[in-house]
Order: sequence, then structure tokens, then C-alpha cells
Amino acid sequence: MISGFVFRALEGRIVTAVGIILAIGILVPALNLLTPADSALHIPTYVMSLFGKYLCYALLALALDLVWGYCGILSLGHGAFFALGGYAMGMYLMRQIGPRGVYGNPILPDFMVFLNYKELPWFWHGFDWFIFAMAMVIVVPGLLAFIFGWFAFRSRVNGVYLSIITQAMTYALLLAFFRNDMGFGGNNGLTDFKDILGFSVQADGTRAVLFFMSALMLSLCLILASAIVRSKFGKVLVGVRDAESRVRFLGFRVENIKLFTFVVSAMMAGIAGALFVPQVGIINPGEFAPANSIEVVVWTAVGGRGTLIGPIIGAILVNGGKSFFTGAFPEIWLFALGGLFIAVTLFLPKGIVGTIQHGFKARKALKAAADAEKGRGDATTVAQAQAAE
Amino acid sequence: MNMISETRQKSLLYLENVSVSFDGFKALNSLSFVVEPGELRAIIGPNGAGKTTMMDIITGKTRPDTGTVLFEDTIDLTKKDEADIAQLGIGRKFQKPTVFESHTVWDNLELALNRSRGVFATLFYTLSPEDKARIGEILETIRLTHRSQEYAANLSHGQKQWLEIGMLLAQEPKLLLVDEPVAGMTDAETAETAVLLKEIAKTRSVVVVEHDMGFIRELGVKVTCLAEGSVLAEGSIDFVSNDPKVIENYLGR
Ligand SMILES: Nc1ncnc2c1ncn2[C@@H]1O[C@H](COP(=O)(O)OP(=O)(O)O)[C@@H](O)[C@H]1O
Ligand SMILES: [Mg+2]
Repeated sequence: MISGFVFRALEGRIVTAVGIILAIGILVPALNLLTPADSALHIPTYVMSLFGKYLCYALLALALDLVWGYCGILSLGHGAFFALGGYAMGMYLMRQIGPRGVYGNPILPDFMVFLNYKELPWFWHGFDWFIFAMAMVIVVPGLLAFIFGWFAFRSRVNGVYLSIITQAMTYALLLAFFRNDMGFGGNNGLTDFKDILGFSVQADGTRAVLFFMSALMLSLCLILASAIVRSKFGKVLVGVRDAESRVRFLGFRVENIKLFTFVVSAMMAGIAGALFVPQVGIINPGEFAPANSIEVVVWTAVGGRGTLIGPIIGAILVNGGKSFFTGAFPEIWLFALGGLFIAVTLFLPKGIVGTIQHGFKARKALKAAADAEKGRGDATTVAQAQAAE
Repeated sequence: MNMISETRQKSLLYLENVSVSFDGFKALNSLSFVVEPGELRAIIGPNGAGKTTMMDIITGKTRPDTGTVLFEDTIDLTKKDEADIAQLGIGRKFQKPTVFESHTVWDNLELALNRSRGVFATLFYTLSPEDKARIGEILETIRLTHRSQEYAANLSHGQKQWLEIGMLLAQEPKLLLVDEPVAGMTDAETAETAVLLKEIAKTRSVVVVEHDMGFIRELGVKVTCLAEGSVLAEGSIDFVSNDPKVIENYLGR
């Protein structure tokens, strides 16, 4: 049963994609660590961390695609799950600072000393323990998604209304995390991290491992997502997207289907956020900004929603473009992003990967039809070819 | 005593004095309606008579304001939702054909198959030989074997209607509600659909809503005529179509 579940996931394209991602995950750190700084092949640490950030965004986009591309739930709040995963990691990193802060308090992080905290708030307990913090990276976003989804899906909030309340959710969290008395460092967030599991977060070796971990988690989540969408459950998911009432009248509990997918997706987003934070060195409430969640939608749309590889490619391309533009012409980036989204919606509604796959299938269909005409194709290949159109 | 228990047959579906209004408009007005086990019943009536609304109420999509809706004499359907009711064994074909267009014909049937529908059961589901055989059988019944690997989006209108009927068969319902199955079909398809429904009705109860009088005649079963949310006449097609009220409200138009 389980083996069938995993086996189905490893369809050709996914194996190739995982192979490429893992190869990058090994090659980039190797070129960073093993080549001298003046070598043409050397990848500087800041570039590696920048790419590592893209891998985290790719995982976030994959998470969004699972709910949006496959289940039709347009979440405009996935940035919140990403940020919560990031905060869980940030809290662990803060606790690792120990007495090395500016105020030298062995228990309280600097911002708490500054704000006159007498003791560690209850929800900070346990975060000095890596395993606990990593569990929180998936539990907290998962729990929020569960509670949110429980109410939203049970009351059958759909379409644009659901998008609006997800946006409201991330906005509410933005406001909450801005407050100093929330105990998450307010406006400044969490930063000045020292080490992770005893290794300096600044060290090249640590950065290399973080990069590899980003590639590994992206690969594992890609395999999981593939297993989900290729199972019967995944077919039901697409059914919910395309004809929700039909699914209901077939006897499926649509609210449970959506809830499960939303929670899994939120957990993936949390993992992405957790890997993001040590690579960029800070987490602040800005990550909850509604615009961030909307950007994720753009990446996914550009790459191709409803395909698994699309959001990964979209996230990397758009963020690569963003890094370039904000360096070269900072003032036009937002216009470029907006223009890109409109262009993709108008001219490539299936996104880059979706369009390529579509073209590929159409060519196969043409070929099969030609074969059939020559009398070589049997009825089934023609049927398949027509189906593929 | 014996006489009474014999005449009081167990009903499969029992509606009594069901009323529902939308913004003050009475879509159903004290509707009473009984379907017996194994029965094939046709429902006719002008547009807006409440035929679709009646199906909405039976399948849990709409809650009645007042009235009783019982399945198998004991189960109160007004307390259940769509998924529960589907699992109890009531299948429904929509007026507009509703299939999963981005899935193949085969996958459409696989999804509809009456198997455990929980999240984890579907995640770890693998197609067993029995399930394969069952899907093969249904494909034969709905005459779509040769197109099983085709995306449902590429089927003709009539074939989509059949696929949807096939999905309902896969659900193994005790009661099948079919809303205007031959709307938009060619004459040949209409005739074949009548054969198909009669075949299906051998093993379960079927309620068919239809406008096409030729089709109803072909079915040759008891007919209920609805108008303005309640039953106008009930009986054989000849009886109903000679009823002055039916002629005035429906046929005469
Ligand atoms: N959800 C709804 N909201 C408002 N009015 C409705 C709703 N459903 C049905 N109606 C109205 O109830 C009446 C009966 O509709 P319907 O059951 O679809 O008729 P039929 O299927 O017999 O043509 C129509 O006038 C329709 O406009
Ligand atoms: Mg109707």
C-alpha cells in the first residue's frame, strides 16, 4: 500500500527533477568549499545563500501549487505559514545565542532585556532544543492551517471569499507580530544569530549544509507532492477543483479533502521558512506582508500551476529576475512583476511548464494521428493521442 | 391484519408535505411523493415547477422549510448532508452534465466507484482486479469501452451524459435521481438512453425528470406531473396526459 504510494510518485519527470535538484544541492556547495576563491569555478558564499533562498521560495511555491493548482484553493496567505516556520527556526537560533548577546543575559534574548522582560515567555520554552524547534516548524503552521481550514471549509467558504480571508489572516499576523508585547521581537524581528547545532551560521561549511538541506527538503516535498497528486486522492483533488459538487454527490467529504491538503501545504511552507531564516540571517514581521503571499501566486502562475515542476521553475526564475532588477533598476521591479503576471495570464495561462507540456502532448497526438493514418497505429494509440490533445 | 401489512408496502423514498421557499417564492408547495423499491418513475412538469429543487432536497443540497423526507422509511434525509446521503445510496445526475473533464473516462469511473472515501483510504488506494473488472462492466453498460482512455472533456454531449450515468452506477446507489438526461441528445442517443435507464432500473429505483414526452412514452412507466411546486397528477402516461389540469398547465403551452 505505502510502497505503491511512493512508487507512483517516482514517475519519470519527477525522478529527473529530483536528480537535478539534488545535483545542484551537492555541486554548488562543493564549488563553494572545494575551489579556491580566485578560481573561475568558485561560487562565493553570498551567491550560494542567494540560491539557497530561491530553493526555499521554490518549496513555498510548490506548497501553494498543491492547494491552488490541484485543489483550486487560491490561498493569498501562504506567506504566513512560511513566516511562522521561519519564526520557529528564529526562536531556536535566538536561544542558541545564550550569554553572547549585547546585554549578556544567559536566558533572555537582547530584545527582551531591552523591553524589560523579567523572564522568558512560556511559549519560548523548549525552543533551545533543536528537535522541539524543528517539530514546531511544521506543527505551528499545520495547526494554524487546521484551525483556519476547519472553519473555512466546513462553512464552505469558496473562491474569492476564501482568498480574501487568507489575505486577512496573514495581515492580522503581520499586525500582531509587529507588536513588541507579542514577545517575538516586534518590528525588528529576530536576528544576530550566532550558531545552529553548535556551528556558526556565518561559516561557509554551515551555509553549504543549509544549501544542501534546502535542496534535499525541496526534493522530498516534491516526491511527497507527486505521491499525493498521483494517488486516487490526487484525482479527487482535481475533481474538487473542477467540479466540487460532483465530488460531494459522489459521497466524498470535500471539507476533509481540502483540510488535509491545506495542512500538508502549510507544513511544507513552514519548512521552507525555517530553511530560509538561517540563510538570510533574519526573520521579521515583514515576511507576513500580504504582498509576499501574492508574489508566491505570481511565481506559481508564471511557472505553471497544476504542474509540480512549474512552481519550482517559476519561483527560481522570477526571484532571479528580481535579484537582477532590484540591483540594476530598483524602481521598475514592481512594474516588471505586475507586467509579468498580466502577460502570463493573457498569453501563457498554463504557465511556462504547463505550456511546454501541452505543446509536447499535442505533438505526440499529431504523430500518433499521422501513424494511424498510415494504418500503423492501432485504435488505442489514436484514442490516447486524442485524449492528450 | 395480514391484509393491512401487505398493502402497506415499505417505501424507498417518502416525501410528505415538503415546502421550501426562496425569498418568499414557494418553489415547493406541500409536495408529497413516494417511490417504491425497484420502481422506475418519470417526472414531468413545466420549467420552474420545482423538479430540480425536489432533487436538491432529497440529496441534501437544500433544506426544506417544512415537511418529511424519509429514505427506507426510517432515515431522515433532512438531517444529513450531500456526502452522507450519497453514501446511504442515493446517486444524482445533474441537469447539466457534470463529469471530471480533466480526467479520463476510466478515472472518472474509478473515482465514483463505491469504495472507502476517506482521505487515507484514497491516498493509499490501489486498483484491484475486481475494481478493474467492475469498471470494465460499467464501460460496457454505458457504451464507452472504446473511449476509456479519452479525457472526458473530449466526449460528445451525449457521451458525457452517459459517463455521468456510469459514475452513478459505479456508486452502486439504491436510488438514482436523473435530471433531464436526454436534453440536447440526438434521437438515436435518446432511444439508447431509454434502453439504458430501463436496464439500470432492473436492479434499483430510478427517478427520471424529463421534458421529452416521446422519451417518457418509451420508458412506459408511472408518471408524476409537477406544477408550481406540487403534484398535479400521477398515473400512466395516457392517464396523465389526458388530465385537463395537466393539459392546461403543461402540455397545452
Ligand atoms: N437556490 C435557489 N434560489 C432561488 N430560487 C431558486 C433556487 N433554486 C430554485 N429556485 C427557483 O425555484 C423554482 C423551481 O426551480 P427548479 O426546481 O429548478 O425547476 P425545474 O427543475 O422544475 O425547472 C424556479 O422558479 C427557480 O428560479
Ligand atoms: Mg430543472
